[in-house]
Amino acid sequence: MKAVDIVGTAFRNAFRSRLRTSLTVLAIFIGAFTLSLTNGLGTGINQYIDDTVASVGVDDVMTVTKASETAPTDGGPAEYDPNQIAADGPPGSTVSALNDDDIDTIAGIDGVLSVLPTKSVMTDYVQYDDGTRYQLSMAQFVPGMKVELAAGEQVDLDADEAQLVLPESYLEPLGLGTADDAVGQTVTLAVTDATGTRTTTDAIVVGVAEPGLITMGGAIPNDALTETLYDLQAAGAPESKPTQYAQASVWFDADAGEEETQALQDRLEAAGYTGSTLEDQLGTITSVIDAIVLVLNGFAVIALIAAGIGIVNTLFMAVQERTREVGLMKAMGLSSARVFSLFSIEAVVIGLAGSALGVLAAIGVGELVGSVSGSLLANLPGLTLIAFDPVSVAVVVLSVMAIAFLAGTLPALRAARQDPISSLRYE
Amino acid sequence: MASPLISVTNLHKTYGSGPNAFEALKGLDLDIAEGESIAIVGKSGSGKSTLMHLLALLDRPTSGAITLDGTDTSRLSAKQLNETRNSAFGFVFQQFFLNAQASVLDNVTLPLKIAGVSRRERTARGMAALAQLELDDKAGNKANDLSGGQKQRVVIARALINQPRVIFADEPTGNLDTATGAVVEDILFDLNRRQGINLVVVTHDEDLASRCDRSIYIRDGLIAAHEGVAA
Ligand SMILES: Nc1ncnc2c1ncn2[C@@H]1O[C@H](COP(=O)(O)OP(=O)(O)OP(=O)(O)O)[C@@H](O)[C@H]1O
Ligand SMILES: [Mg+2]
Repeated sequence: MKAVDIVGTAFRNAFRSRLRTSLTVLAIFIGAFTLSLTNGLGTGINQYIDDTVASVGVDDVMTVTKASETAPTDGGPAEYDPNQIAADGPPGSTVSALNDDDIDTIAGIDGVLSVLPTKSVMTDYVQYDDGTRYQLSMAQFVPGMKVELAAGEQVDLDADEAQLVLPESYLEPLGLGTADDAVGQTVTLAVTDATGTRTTTDAIVVGVAEPGLITMGGAIPNDALTETLYDLQAAGAPESKPTQYAQASVWFDADAGEEETQALQDRLEAAGYTGSTLEDQLGTITSVIDAIVLVLNGFAVIALIAAGIGIVNTLFMAVQERTREVGLMKAMGLSSARVFSLFSIEAVVIGLAGSALGVLAAIGVGELVGSVSGSLLANLPGLTLIAFDPVSVAVVVLSVMAIAFLAGTLPALRAARQDPISSLRYE
Repeated sequence: MASPLISVTNLHKTYGSGPNAFEALKGLDLDIAEGESIAIVGKSGSGKSTLMHLLALLDRPTSGAITLDGTDTSRLSAKQLNETRNSAFGFVFQQFFLNAQASVLDNVTLPLKIAGVSRRERTARGMAALAQLELDDKAGNKANDLSGGQKQRVVIARALINQPRVIFADEPTGNLDTATGAVVEDILFDLNRRQGINLVVVTHDEDLASRCDRSIYIRDGLIAAHEGVAA
């Protein structure tokens, strides 16, 4: 029997008992649908994070903190370290502070092109034209990062004047009008210094940022503005207290490849520092999402296994029903191997039908959710909640077909082993 | 006399083993010449179907030899046995064993499909075989929709589509009324005479047996008598 004839016959046989096959296909459909959807969710969110990392455009900068030596590995409480300060991270988390000596040490590490301590600044408020005052935080990712702009341009790092990029959501409250109107305007920023005195300084709005993951952190200052704010903030602090930084930015040669980057991170670690790229930092989010998707996928796979048992059942019934037919074909010279392939391909056809329909339905639902969530998640433009990449879609379809094949082997073996005479005697 | 097409010596067949063992054939000798038609007759349970299954290479004897065209069939591999059955034998059973949902043409061309013949050639040869049995107008019908006599004609068309050397028929007219049975018999003997296809027919029917060149009577697993030995 020719391969095309085997596949064709298996195909026709699969749909001979329509209701029974449809129910089995439905079970597989549900599993494949769920699996595609959860996969799509992971793909969508991770793609968004990747895009964010890419658009920020600072892949040659690493954030370096001092590794906290006192942190116990067993998760118990850490001993108090007089040098530790609040870290730029989740509230309550602290890291050991870096001082100027540390900065010098880091600068001396092989592979570090340049190092700049991050001066953390806290503003009290922002105000435009004596209007209402609003709280504003300064995003402290890395210098030189780019954000999606609604108008204007990125801050000029080398400029002498104080500049900032303001999140779009501040325009209306501050009375700045449209994004285009806002560009070029001057806003007033207030800080409180070490003696408790409040001082103000001015900064030019050079750009307006679209809502996104980065700008949820606040406004983006240029170096001149950060310096000004920092100096104002530090005024009146006792001389004896050494300057401390929560973190520093280190420039390195990103073109040297991932291994070189990793080697640099290892060297930093050996010197007692922790270096992480923006990709690393956002990678934590990605791995949490991956873990959640994995758990959800686990449930979908359980559904698929149940569906696989459905295939076993369906095919056993088919083998039973076609006992005589199989016996006749074997009498006419059809080999056992061909009988096996007839039934296992029939199982694969059922798996293919269920998974193809499931994936198509999931893509349809993804589109639907995409258009609905577009308005619900307006703060995160560019986020496709459920995205499908061809590879994972193919993986879903192929693995369902593999499960179906495995499920089909038992009944197919039974059919292949049938003795033609007893099959022909079968009433 | 030319060497026989099928030659059987000291054929034994035992079903089961131990205390349940049942010896269905107890040392049977038989030669079937080229072009001969043979009837296997006997009481129910005497071992007729058992003998036919062995002759048709559907089952292996417990002991004894079956030679086909001078070849000892016990030496043939499973693959060779499949090929022999597919190319040299045609089968007609008491029950029709038709795929009820498939078309008449698909049922008839099944042996060719198994042999790996292309679809186009299958259709051409299938239509020719159906025409021979005056069923070509039913080619597209579902097998289920035919009358009993038509179904048995479809089965015969299926048995001769691969131009076999032997057609094995187990009670070919058992399910049919006398008139239709006679038509089916005529077709079979016509094939025997005109195309020289050997017939091995298992039957209860004395009339059918007497139309064959030779009848062998089986009793308790042995040949009790030969009748009408070929001239
Ligand atoms: N698979 C088997 N296992 C055990 N005994 C069997 C088996 N097949 C056949 N027999 C026995 O062998 C004997 C011969 O059976 P066989 O089918 O050849 O008879 P038959 O002559 O064709 O009868 P009938 O005219 O009723 O078809 C019977 O007694 C039957 O019970
Ligand atoms: Mg019988």
